[in-house]
Amino acid sequence: MTEVQTDQNQVRSSREDDDIIQIKEMHKWYGEFHVLKNINLSVKKGERIVICGPSGSGKSTLIRCINRLEEHQKGKIIVDGIELTGDLKHIELIRKEVGMVFQHFNLFPHLTNLENCALAPIWVRKMPRKEAEEIGMNFLERVKIPEQARKFPGQLSGGQQQRVAIARSLCMNPKIMLFDEPTSALDPEMIAEVLDVMVELAEEGMTMLCVTHEMGFAKRVADSVIFMDGGEVIESNEPNEFFNNPKSDRTKLFLSQILAH
Amino acid sequence: MAENVSQDEGKTLSHLWRNKESRAVIIQIVTLVVILIFIGLILRNISINLKAIGKDFNFDFLFIPAGYDITFQPILDYSPEDNHLWAGVIGIVNTLLVAISGIILATILGFTLGVLRLSSNWLINKMSYVFLEFTRNVPLLLHILFVHAIITHTLPIPKNAISLNDTFFLTNRAIYLPEPIFESGFWLTAVAFFAAIVFIYYFKIWAKKTQDETGQIYPVFWISVAALFGAPIIIFLVSGSPLSWGIPVLKGFNFKGGLAIRPEFIALWLALSYYTATYIAEIVRGGILAISYGQTEAASALGLRKNRVLQLILIPQTLRIIIPPLTSQYLNLTKNSSLAIAIGYMDVVATIGGISLMQTGKEVETMLIVLLTYLFFSLLISAIMNFFNRKIRFKER
Repeated sequence: MTEVQTDQNQVRSSREDDDIIQIKEMHKWYGEFHVLKNINLSVKKGERIVICGPSGSGKSTLIRCINRLEEHQKGKIIVDGIELTGDLKHIELIRKEVGMVFQHFNLFPHLTNLENCALAPIWVRKMPRKEAEEIGMNFLERVKIPEQARKFPGQLSGGQQQRVAIARSLCMNPKIMLFDEPTSALDPEMIAEVLDVMVELAEEGMTMLCVTHEMGFAKRVADSVIFMDGGEVIESNEPNEFFNNPKSDRTKLFLSQILAH
Repeated sequence: MAENVSQDEGKTLSHLWRNKESRAVIIQIVTLVVILIFIGLILRNISINLKAIGKDFNFDFLFIPAGYDITFQPILDYSPEDNHLWAGVIGIVNTLLVAISGIILATILGFTLGVLRLSSNWLINKMSYVFLEFTRNVPLLLHILFVHAIITHTLPIPKNAISLNDTFFLTNRAIYLPEPIFESGFWLTAVAFFAAIVFIYYFKIWAKKTQDETGQIYPVFWISVAALFGAPIIIFLVSGSPLSWGIPVLKGFNFKGGLAIRPEFIALWLALSYYTATYIAEIVRGGILAISYGQTEAASALGLRKNRVLQLILIPQTLRIIIPPLTSQYLNLTKNSSLAIAIGYMDVVATIGGISLMQTGKEVETMLIVLLTYLFFSLLISAIMNFFNRKIRFKER
């Protein structure tokens, strides 16, 4: 896996110990609609950030901009020293380093769980199949479902599917993991098994950005919590301060709604 | 006592009827008996009726001269002195010819239309929509008559033929194309073509094995394209271009030389193709729309390029959805080709099932031949498509 990292040095401009993600004065529009307004965010290596906010606040759009599933129109996004522009080579390099987990898993239904995991190592990292499948098995073991390797995603429960999806991303050995509401589509009893995997990952020092409403998870692992509303970052603080001493009224209202039950 | 026994019997019978497995067996036996009785009655009816009008059941008529002319016989030669069997073979070949060329054109048109239907360009989208709806909602027979009328009524007689570069001639009798004349040495080019196919087959296997073992990825698609076109072209040129064209020339009232394509064939072929293509277009559109955009996003997020997303994620899933309904459209096209009789295209229905029937009075035998012909081709198409379907099905490994 190491030989792949060398070809990034050509396009990398900043130093290793800088922030791994830098977003500067970033704006995004959907046609006339201003979705993201002047976003400034920097994430250090190993930092765990939880992004929350009411629906439609732009939190998913924000993390989808980081691997260019959405295009930003103004400002800068620099990931691992590579600036995100229309340059396909840059996008490809960044996507190799950034894993993403989706709300609806988006596993490939025509491939087995192991093939789902091995696909990108084989076709992007150009790995021999045996090696790729070993890595796949390794991560399926990490998410505690090696026995499901040769089944198809459709044969698994939601929680298991999401764990396969996490394993699939990890097989690319990413430096950053993005989670887009990973537990929102799950039955309550399956949320825990997915959060356990995420907590474990956080404890190993993975750089993580999670859009989630799981406040317990935020309190437990987040280095900082960001609250967004109306396309803006309203408040960003470390979790204790954020939950016990929110500054803005909008944050207070949101927290009172989400923590009421 | 007697009462008890009958009660017990009643119990076991109703028990058998209520048991899921035994009930299934009973229903099947009853169905089978009913069907056998039905078939038996029909056969009895046929033999009684044939006897009543003094006919017997045999296929001897196949070997007496047919005596009628077949206007379109592009592959095999036929003359009125040939027997009914040979006339039937010519008809079957004509059916096959229009079915195969129709399936090819319908597939190309259908996939193109299906993709155009998804276009975000307003004009393209609406134009393909209007064409689709108009075509689908008019009976196929009208389309065939329509195209046939256009060719026979608007094109000029051979004397005033519309000439395209003096090599193609459009007339109301036929469309004349240059005929390829293969000279000695052309077989080398043909061999190169088939060698290229064999090469591609083994190259694919080898490339997959190499990728599995070393991770190295070869541009299989482009190498295949290069081999398929490059090898025959190079051999063709090296062997001194052993191919010439017989240009049709007007002699007297008609053209001589070249390939003559009859208006009946063109009308049937075009109408069948674009009519079936509209159904295929909807199947293709449905197949593409059925795959959620999340699949593309997930694959892109893993770092796969656009062409790989298409190759590894989208096409395999789309094919799975569209192949079964595509099969029934191919079957429809083949069976609809029997409408040929409306414009005098000599297919199997017009020859053995039409003129031969009239001349010999062998209704049962000729219809049986026509029926078995369609049944055979339909089963053949199904078998081929099922083979493809099995190849791309979910496999547990």
